[in-house]
This record gives sequence, C-alpha cells and structure tokens, in this order.
Amino acid sequence: MQLFHCPFCGTRDETEFHFGGEAGNIRPDGADVPADRWANYLYMRDNPKGAVREVWVHMNCGEFFVMERDSVGHEVVSSTSLDGAGHAR
Amino acid sequence: MTATRLSSGGSSIDRSRPVSFSFDGRKLQGFEGDTIASALLASDVAVVGRSFKYHRPRGIWGAGVEEPNALVDVGGSVARTPNTRATTELVLDGMIAKSVNASPNAAVDRNAFIDRFSRFIPAAFYYKTFMWPDWHLFEPRIRAVAGLGEVDARWQSPAAAADQINRHCDVLVVGAGPAGLAAAKLAASAGQSVILVDDQHEPGGSLNHRTGEIDGRPATAWAAETIGALSATGHTVLPSTTAFGIYDHNLVGLNQRHGDGRPDTLWRVRPRRIVLATGAIERPLPFANNDLPGIMSADAALVYLRRFAVLVGRRVVVATNNDSAYEVARALAEAGADVTLVDSRKDGTPAVPEGVSLTAGRRVAAARGKMRVEGAVLDEGTLLDADCLVVSGGWTPTIHLFCQARGKLAWSEAQAAFLPGDPVEGMAVAGAAAGAVSLSGVFESAAKAMPGATAAPRSTGVEATGGILAAWPIPDARGRVWIDYQNDVTAKDVELAARENFISVEHLKRYTTLGMATDQGKTSNLVGLALMGAVTGRTVPEVGTTTYRPPFTPVPLASFAGARGGELMSPVRRLPLENVHRARGAVFQEYGGWLRPAHYGGADADADCAIQDEAGRARQSVALFDGSTLGKIEVMGPKAAEFVDFIYYNTMSTLKPGRCRYGFMLSENGVVFDDGILVRLDEYRFVVSCSSSHVASVHARLEEWRQDRFGRDAVYVHNATSEMATLTVSGPNAKKLLATLGLGLSLDDADLPHMAMAEGMFATDPVRVARVSFTGDRSYEVSIRADRAEPLWARMHEAGMAFDAVTIGLEALMILRAEKGYIVIGKDTDGTTLPHDLGVDGPRAKRKGEYVGRRSLFTDVAMPGNRQQLVGLAVARGEEPLATGANAISREGGKLRSQGFVTSSYHSPTMGRPIALGLIERGAARHGEAVDIQHLGMVRRATITGPCAFDPSGERLNA
Amino acid sequence: MTRRYSAFSLIKEGLTGQKGWQPAWRSPEPKKTYDAVIIGGGGHGLATAYYLAKTHGIASIAVLEKGWIGGGNTGRNTTVVRSNYYYPESVAIYGLAHRLYEGLSKELNYNVMLSKRGMVSLCHSTGELEIGARTVNAMQINGVDAEMFSVDDVRRVAPLLNLASDARFPVFGGVWQGRAGTARHDAVAWGYARAAGALGVDIIQNCEVTDFIVEGGRCRGVHTSRGTIRTDRIGMAVAGHSSVLAAKAGFRLPINSYALQACVSEPVKPVLDTVVLSPGTGVYVSQSDKGEIVIGGALDRVPSYGQRGNLPTLEGVISGLLEMFPAFGQLKLMRQWAGIVDVVPDSSPIIGESPLPGLFLNCGWGTGGFKAIPAGGVLLAHLLATGKHHDISRPFDLDRFATGRLLDEAAGSGIAH
Repeated sequence: MQLFHCPFCGTRDETEFHFGGEAGNIRPDGADVPADRWANYLYMRDNPKGAVREVWVHMNCGEFFVMERDSVGHEVVSSTSLDGAGHAR
Repeated sequence: MTATRLSSGGSSIDRSRPVSFSFDGRKLQGFEGDTIASALLASDVAVVGRSFKYHRPRGIWGAGVEEPNALVDVGGSVARTPNTRATTELVLDGMIAKSVNASPNAAVDRNAFIDRFSRFIPAAFYYKTFMWPDWHLFEPRIRAVAGLGEVDARWQSPAAAADQINRHCDVLVVGAGPAGLAAAKLAASAGQSVILVDDQHEPGGSLNHRTGEIDGRPATAWAAETIGALSATGHTVLPSTTAFGIYDHNLVGLNQRHGDGRPDTLWRVRPRRIVLATGAIERPLPFANNDLPGIMSADAALVYLRRFAVLVGRRVVVATNNDSAYEVARALAEAGADVTLVDSRKDGTPAVPEGVSLTAGRRVAAARGKMRVEGAVLDEGTLLDADCLVVSGGWTPTIHLFCQARGKLAWSEAQAAFLPGDPVEGMAVAGAAAGAVSLSGVFESAAKAMPGATAAPRSTGVEATGGILAAWPIPDARGRVWIDYQNDVTAKDVELAARENFISVEHLKRYTTLGMATDQGKTSNLVGLALMGAVTGRTVPEVGTTTYRPPFTPVPLASFAGARGGELMSPVRRLPLENVHRARGAVFQEYGGWLRPAHYGGADADADCAIQDEAGRARQSVALFDGSTLGKIEVMGPKAAEFVDFIYYNTMSTLKPGRCRYGFMLSENGVVFDDGILVRLDEYRFVVSCSSSHVASVHARLEEWRQDRFGRDAVYVHNATSEMATLTVSGPNAKKLLATLGLGLSLDDADLPHMAMAEGMFATDPVRVARVSFTGDRSYEVSIRADRAEPLWARMHEAGMAFDAVTIGLEALMILRAEKGYIVIGKDTDGTTLPHDLGVDGPRAKRKGEYVGRRSLFTDVAMPGNRQQLVGLAVARGEEPLATGANAISREGGKLRSQGFVTSSYHSPTMGRPIALGLIERGAARHGEAVDIQHLGMVRRATITGPCAFDPSGERLNA
Repeated sequence: MTRRYSAFSLIKEGLTGQKGWQPAWRSPEPKKTYDAVIIGGGGHGLATAYYLAKTHGIASIAVLEKGWIGGGNTGRNTTVVRSNYYYPESVAIYGLAHRLYEGLSKELNYNVMLSKRGMVSLCHSTGELEIGARTVNAMQINGVDAEMFSVDDVRRVAPLLNLASDARFPVFGGVWQGRAGTARHDAVAWGYARAAGALGVDIIQNCEVTDFIVEGGRCRGVHTSRGTIRTDRIGMAVAGHSSVLAAKAGFRLPINSYALQACVSEPVKPVLDTVVLSPGTGVYVSQSDKGEIVIGGALDRVPSYGQRGNLPTLEGVISGLLEMFPAFGQLKLMRQWAGIVDVVPDSSPIIGESPLPGLFLNCGWGTGGFKAIPAGGVLLAHLLATGKHHDISRPFDLDRFATGRLLDEAAGSGIAH
C-alpha cells in the first residue's frame, strides 16, 4: 500500500487515488489537427522508468493534481495542485 | 530411536492438561503447550510425512517456521487446514492430523516405489519426456502423485470473516528473541509506541532454550519480565504473529493466529521505524541420506528438550561445523543420552562438554538406515551407531523481510552467510539476523538499531561463540545428498542444472524447484547456491540469491480476503424506495451496479408474462417507473454553457432556460460514452442526466475537464444523483394522473411542452418535473428529495387506480424503449460506436466549436464505409424473437464473416411481433434487405429496418 | 548436435548418473556483428530467433537478454493458453499461436506441458449471457472452438465453484473453449532457447542494451553492457520495458507499464481441472500440475516498473477468489509476485517496423503475451527476414493509432466501457 499526498487532504492510501495520465500531455484543438499529432496526444506516452510526472485525482475530494514520483522505487517526490502546476490541456 | 518424554521439565508444556489427538489414525497424547511436532516426537513418531517427488519418508527437522518435512492436514476440533507446519501449530484436544502426500499414511505409502526409479527421474526430467504421444495421457497420473495436502470439498467457511486491523506505531519490532526484546525495551523507554511480534506461540526466541544471563537475571526470567513490562505499559505484544511481508512505503503485513478456532487476523502496520530481529535459521549438513527421519537440526533438538522435555534420542550423534551445537551436545548428555560430537573442524573447537566424546576434524559422510536413522558413517569410514543424528551446518540469517524491502545483502566469508548490506531507510536489522552471535553482540546491534536510546541490556552470563568452518556440498560426492527436503532436490540435481547451463540462480531455482516448496527454501537456498558456485567456479556472492518474495511463511487466503466477501464485495447501489418496491412484489436484479426492480410479481417461470403484461399495459393508460438511478449532475458557473458545449457532441449552449435537449458525450477517441438529457435551469445552471451505470465516470470526466481545461472559477460540478429520487409517469394518461397530484405548476402543453422542465411543489417539498420520454409516450419525470419520495410514489399509485396504472420494472422499460429504437449505451453500442453510426451526424458535419472526441471523428476509421450502424431487425409475426448476441453473417469466398450482431431483442406486446435492434455493417443504407442471422450454429432470416418500430412519427409524445 | 530428449535417453542417462547431458543452450561471447539481433530473451524473443533460423535460414542471430532468459513476463504469468477472441484479426494471431502451441513440445523436443484442460469464462447475469452469446457466435463464425455453457456444464468442469443463486456474482452460464488450457511457462522459454541454440543462435545473457547505433537514419546496431554489436536488423521484444528502449531509439509508444500480480497457494491434490475466469471478480484461476492454485487478477492501479506484489490488489483478488471458490478458504498463499506488462489502449499487440527504420517491434501484449509467444516469434521473424508484414501481423502495426483502426477486444466484444 503506497501513500500518496493529496495537496488538499494530505497523505492517504493509494486506493483513494486514480491515475489520470502523464502530466503535460497538451490537447491539440481542432478538427484539422494532423492525424499523427492527434494520435500522439491520444495514445503515445513517455512511460519513463524512474522519475515520472503524472496527473492524479484524489477520488474522495475529487481534486486533480500533479504528482512526481519514481516508477521503480515508488518514492513520492511532490504533489502540486493543477493550478500550481500550471497544467492545462 | 527412541525419542521419549522426560518425566520432568519442559518450560512450554502444562503437564496438568493432557490433550488427545490423532495422527494418521493413531490416537496419541500430548500436553497443552505442545506443538504437533513435539507431541509426535514425545510419542516417538519418526516418519511424519512423505516428500513431494520421491515420496521418501521424512521426519521432523526443525522446531519452527523453517520446517520442510512435517506438514500435516489438520481438522477435527480445529478448522480444517491442509499443509500445516507441525512445528509451529499447537496440538489441541480432539485435533485430527494427517500426514500429507502419503496414502494410506506416512509410514506405509503406496507411492514409495517412485524413489526406486529416482535415478531416471532427476530434476526437470519431465521436460525431456512425456511428449509422445501426448502430455495429456500422462498428466492426470502426474497430477495425482503431486500436490501435498487435500482440500476438503465439503468445507464451509466460518461464519465470522477474518479480522483486518490497521495500525500505526513508532516502532515495529519483528522477532521477540533477545535482539527484538532489547530493541523493544529501548524504544519503549525512549517514549516510543511499540508493536512487538513473534511468530512463535511463546515469545523469547533463543532465550527460551539457550542458556544465558541478562542483567543478572536468568535469560528466560528476563524475557518474561521484559514482555510483561511492555504489555503493562500499553505497548502491543503479539505472539503467534508472523510479519510476512514488507510492502511499498514500509507497510508491514502481519498474520496473527489465535489458536481458538477464530480465523487468523491480518494486520497492516505502518511503523515509523522497523527493527528486524528475525534471528537465524540452522542449516543442514550435506551428507548422503541426510534426509532420513531422525536427522534433525541441533537447535531444534535443544528446543524439544528444554521446552517440551522431549529427548530426541538415546544414542545421539551431534554433527557440526560450528560452536553452537556444543551446548546441544552438553544438554543431551545431561539429559541421559549417549552423545558423540563430530566436528568438521580440527582446531579451535570449544571445550568438550562433560560426558560427550568428540571426534574432531571429521565429517559425517553418510547416514545409515531405511525408515529412520540407524547410524552415521564418518568420512574416514567409521560407523557410529545412533538412533538420532542432530546436525548444525551453520546459521542463515533471516533476511527475507530486509530483502523484500529491497535491501541489498553482503556476503560474510567469516560467518559463511549473507548479512544485511547497506541500510534501508526506516529499517534496522539486529541480532542474529545481522550476524550477531553472542548475547553481548546481539544487544550491541539492538542498541544500534535504536539510535539515541540508552541503557541497553547487558549479558552477564556465559556467551555463545561462533567459529564456523563452512560445510557446503562437495561436487561429485557419493550418494544422494539432499538440499531441498520438501521438493526432493539433491546435490546431483544442482550439478545437473549446472551441466545443462541453468547456472543463473533463478534458473537453478526454476529448473530444479530448489526453494519453491512451502518452506520457500529456508534451510536449502544457501546450500544450493553454494554448490552451484562450487560447480561453476564462482563464489557464493557471484552466484547471488533469488528474489525474496512475500509471504515469509504461507498466509491463509482468508486473512487477505477479510470481510470483503458476499454483499460487501463491490457493493450494489440501492434505490431509496427499495423496500417499497419489495412490498409491491418487485423482483430485483443487478443492472450496472444498481439493484433495481426487473419486474413486479411473477416468479422465475412467470417473469416473461409479468414483463409482457407491464410493457403492454404501459402503452394503454399510464405507467409508473422508478428512475432514480438516472444521473443528476449539476453544472453551474459563469462558463457553464461553454463547458457543456465542450463536453457534449451536440451544441448545448443554445438551449433556453427551462428546456431539455438529448445529446451524446464522447470519449476523446470519438466513441459514444454516454447519452442523456441536459436540462438548462437558468443561464448559468444545467443538470446533466446520464446513464445509471455511468454516473461516477461521467462525474469524473466533468471534473477532469473542469479542473484541467476550464479552471475552478469558471464552472462548478456537483453530483446530486443520490440526493434526488426520480419517479416517472408515462403513457397516454400521464398528464391526467399528474394533474391530480397538485404539484402547483401548469401542465398545459404550451407551458410544459415535450422537452421542457418546470418546478413545482409536492406538499412542502420542491419538485422538478421534466417532460422527457424514454418510452415514446407522453412522459413526466418528477424529481424530489430522496427521503421524501415515498409519499409522492404512494400518491402516484393512489391516483393511478383511477387510470388502471401499471408499475413497471426495468425489463418492461427496455421493451418500450426498444420499440421506439431508443438505445442503451453499452448494449446497443459498443466500445467502437461513433455518433454517426447511430444516425446522429449533424454535429460532426456542422459544428464549428471544439468538443471532446471531435478530432477522432475524422480519422480514417471514422469515415463512413463499412461501419456498423444502428438498425432495426424484423422477423415475421409469429416467429420467436431473435437471440440477443446473434451475429449477422455473410459468406465471402466460402468463408463466413460476421457483419454485426443483434444488440436488443424482445417480443413486443403492443405490436404483437418480435422487435430487435442491431449494429450491422452499412445498415443505414440497407433498410429492406434480408440478412442471415446466426446463433449457436442455427441460421435465421431477418429484414433490416429503421430502428424505430413503433409510432415512427412520434405522435404519442403529445397524445 | 544437441542431444535428443526422450524417455529412452533419460533411462540411458539414468544408468550413468545423468552425466551425459549437454548445456540446453550455449553461452557464447557476443560477436561484433550479426545478421539479426533480437533484444529480449523472453519467450517472444527466443521464439523469434528460433523461427528466423528455422524458417528463414538466417545464419547469424543473437538474442540479447539483460538478465536471464525467461526472467520477465514469460516466467511470471499464470500460464494460460487460449485463442477465444472476438475479432477475426485477433483470432488469426492467437489462433496461429494456439496451433503452434499444440505441436510445440514435439517441434522443440521439449515438453512444454500444454494441458488442454479447457477454460470457462463465467457469465454472471442475463446481460452477460447475451454478451457471451455474441462472442461465441462471432468466434464460431471465425472458426474458434467456443461454445456456450449452461450452469450444469459449468458445474461439471468446476464442481467446487460457488453456484448458489444468492452468490454475490451468481453464475448464469459461461463461455467455454475446450482447447484452451495451460502450459509450463519456463519450459516455453527454455525449449525455444535450446532449439534456437541448436540452430546456431547465440543467446547472450546479462547483456543490457544501452543505446542504438543510428546511421543514415537507420538502426545499425546496439551498444550493450557487453560491447557494441552491429547489425542491420533488430527485433525488440521486451514487453513492459518497450518504452524505455523506444526512448533510446527516439520515439514513443502507446504504452503504459503496470505491474500485474499473480500468486499461488500451497500445493494440494487435484481439485480444479480447468481454467476459470470470472468477469465479476476479475479473477482467473487454475491448478498447476504441481498442485498449486494459480491465481491472477486485475492490473495494479498505479503505473509501475517495480516487479513486486502489494497488498491492496492482492486482497481484492483473493477475496474474489474465495467468492468463487469458498472451499479455497482452507488454503494458504505461498508466493506472490508481479510482472511488468505493456498496456496498450486497445490491448492488442504492436508488431511492425518502428519509426526508426531497421528496428522492428513486438510489444504491447499487455497481460496476454504468454499465450501468443509462438505467433509473436513467427511474425517478428517474418518481418526481420523479409522487411514486410505477414498478413496476420499487418493489422497490428503501430500505424493503427493514427488511422484509428484499433483492435479493442474489450470494446468490440461488448464489455462495458
């Protein structure tokens, strides 16, 4: 059982959280976005082994936030609210 | 042999409380406090089980969790458990124990002949044969002789589920031997909260049977006092509790046994600091036939003597390569046995105990005997007569948990063992697990494990010494030298693995099954990899270890399950009016996670009649339906209109306040994710009505887009689904019925047309009336506070009497909506259905603004061509309905091909014929065409039609 | 010449102490160049090497394995082999694998213990029965040996299953594939390794690829922990680690890596003769020939490269198992582990040339790669040998993510999304 840190509620069990995707995956708008670019947004991932930066949602409070952690050792480095992280798509 | 119970002594047993139990049908006696193993030894039962592969007779090796041989199926007065370790399970009155893998019993096993063919069936032999004619011919026989204990098919799970306890503490100490007790004492005295666990029934570890003096007190007394003081000061001491795993972020799993028939308890402990004081496990010595019953760990022999007053033999050979067995030899001699000590070391051996003869510089080369040990042959040929052979091959620190926590090991040549290497954060290892030998050394390591603490205990008595001459199996030795007892892995098997290039330690394990038995190689792993090193010219650390995986010892599945079973597993969601529906005779089924009335009245056999009746009557006058499961998610804020435009496939911002619009929500891959009605309450407020089973996921999507794209200040989203009940009145007389309720609003079609909403009052409660329809008839959805729904529902029924109203369940509603060609997402669509497949192409063709999933509607695959499209499927009146799930087929080049499938199919009582919906390739352009429909090999014909079979002009919406 | 395995050779060796056996595969030093290099010594990589040598006659092949062969998902799965898929494209690829599995022990002269004990996927409601019918019909049309099972049929193959009508997930019937079953996972890797080795393939363990050599826009070799190896054809079959290598090669993949856990009970005498899958609990279970109950369930919830088990998923899986088989409440968990699986949005594999010419992909099998090993080998070998897709692998190219032609079995077979 990992412990994640919700920027709003504090440290909670991993089972309260849901993975929301890699952070910084900017959505291209428009019907004329090139197919490759759209596929890149929709499907392609960095999926790094080691340091990751991801969007998570704390299901209990419903807030999305950005978490930095290690995908091998599972150390959690930081949690930042979406506003603070400047993440937008 | 002749193991006997001495007339006095035994710190763990209560001679005033005899217990009766049976083993392999034999009635035996023991005392309260005995383990099954000690009671069996006291009765001189030598053969307690059969090995996994060769069905070799096996006796008790150890006195703890490392036991590879003595597994029994227990039952009788205690819960039935296969493969129970006899060395850790207390014997209880009325217990029935049966040896495993033996038939009819351990002493006489009809599969014992297999051992005679052992030379032909070495490690991994099965990969080399049984290929012709087919593995299937051999497999049943192989399976039957494999396996250990037996599952009782009639077994009933206990009424009470296993408890699961979550606990935080400052320090968790694993192991209540001298190191653990010292660490716990230091932590407690530093004001920290402590949980101390020990896998034995009696905490104390080696202090319970090894001689020692601490702070001037006998070791056993010091242990008892320390434990007493910890308990008395509010710390938690858990005996019979195994720390079986350390998981991410230092969560420790404990399994606590109760010994009183209660299921075990799972503890999840989150300590700030973990002290592993898990001790060390004695290794066997490698010599031929070292698996004979009567060959036992020296330390275990001392345990049985001191704690259970069992003398394991009369003529005992003690074979060792280290100092620790000397105390054992002395104690056995003092208890009256003839003891010969064989020490592989020539020099530097400790003083020979009184009454013991020592042969130094010699090894045991082989054991003699068939069903139990009868003697030991030394390497120079001497035969020593013996009824018991106790051995110490050195000590393997118990570092399993340290490794589970991703700690790295360091090889100690001096101690011939892997010790914990670089420290792991939040964790310390103390005592024998860290390589300490003497009590002074143990306490020193305990003090280091609790930095800052002062006043560690002091050893004031005789100190244990180490001094080991490593004894690893020698390549090409004569005879069969057992390494893994339970899985029957011999030195020759390891050599065979090396010969065949299975030299990686993980290959060695998998190829030979070394260490994969229920004891997980606690006595065998190091011995095996040392031999692999010797055979391949590598050092032990070069060979390395396999990964240590949880659990440390097997844990009951029931502990992990806890109380999560039955209705607590994925709990269903329930309607506010469930009991009211039950009183009306509703038959419930689970739909998309909700428990809902399928129909009212009609047991299993009559269900279809009841459903047909409900669906038929609903079109005649008026129907009442509980639609409370429908999602009701409020969207509000300055950018609410912009937000719903982005969320929906359809343009929604043009909706006027008080009006409703039907629309799709898409996923970003363009697939229709949900459909439903959006209600605009006012300029800045909307209510999203989504499918019952999609409420949580739609809400999550709204939140994600809101927070990630629009911002917190722009929109607010609130899921009000469970706050409101929604009761639907539908049918030609719906308006008349509603008019009698006095809701204080105008039902005039000019004021409340189809797809409009109005607010009113029922008694003192506000209601929202939406004129929307899922039946194709004039319908009103009345939403009210969930806790006030019952009077309204009752009032509707009362008023309905005058109109011959019918209460309908979900099954009838499914027929009504299918008659109209209204879809259910996930039933009439699948995970590939795009909106234009459902005939809604307008937004895709015309919308300018951005919306979720938009770009995906213009990929290659989204282009109209061979896509499956929603259609109706008609069969002749009088025929049975098509089977839902039947596939439309075509033959192309002699090959069958699926063109789509039937998604919904019913008999329509109103139309008097079957109706069906389907997704069929290019179906929209094929109305009137006949297709073959195949179901489980049978083919029928159906005609493709438009989806709507009933009232296509929609007149009944306003009738 | 590799020594042939047979009962006769075992008996002969038994008379001389089993001392005449040779290494199952050689462990040579890597050469400087090869005709083809395969990264990843799991089942897929080793099978690729085998078919490259056997079918296409390529002489000089190396398999580079960063650890020990078969140490990844090949040795960490629940050993189920089946081909009951919905789409014709999926049936083609898994059917190919299944047929090859059926002859694999004889083909490789290595008993992979394919046990065609059948598999039943349970239906817990009338709705699931309808979906079951839909998939069975599609499968029958596509030539798969699928059939609908009644509750009595289910009882016959799994008598210990909880079939009570008031069970949390009551059983209404099931979807059966009689040819499905299990195989001995390690043996598949070792059997391919031995057979490939006998054809001259160099199997190089403890050899981690650290980077790709790119010249003229093409992949020309790899740098490894054991030196530089040049080749013009590189196949990559590294499952959960595909993204890591892809990043070194300069492209991204539609993959998220997750731990998939499995566990076994202590061994017991035979009590379960088939494979049972419950969509309600998400648990699938079988009994190994050794007697262990082999238990698998859903993915972990947290993306991860950590090959280790954890409690929350395990607890959910075990409680699901006991819901299905209450009698297993007598048993104890013996071992728990995890593999890193490469999860693709449509859960179908990716086979084809990568964006870096000369580098070919075999990945994205997610939780189901073991059953496909022979097909993965045949198809990647075909690509490496000819530079072109086999008809069966064409639909599984990476380009499907741009065209939208995904092959989502779960979506297509009507499982709620």
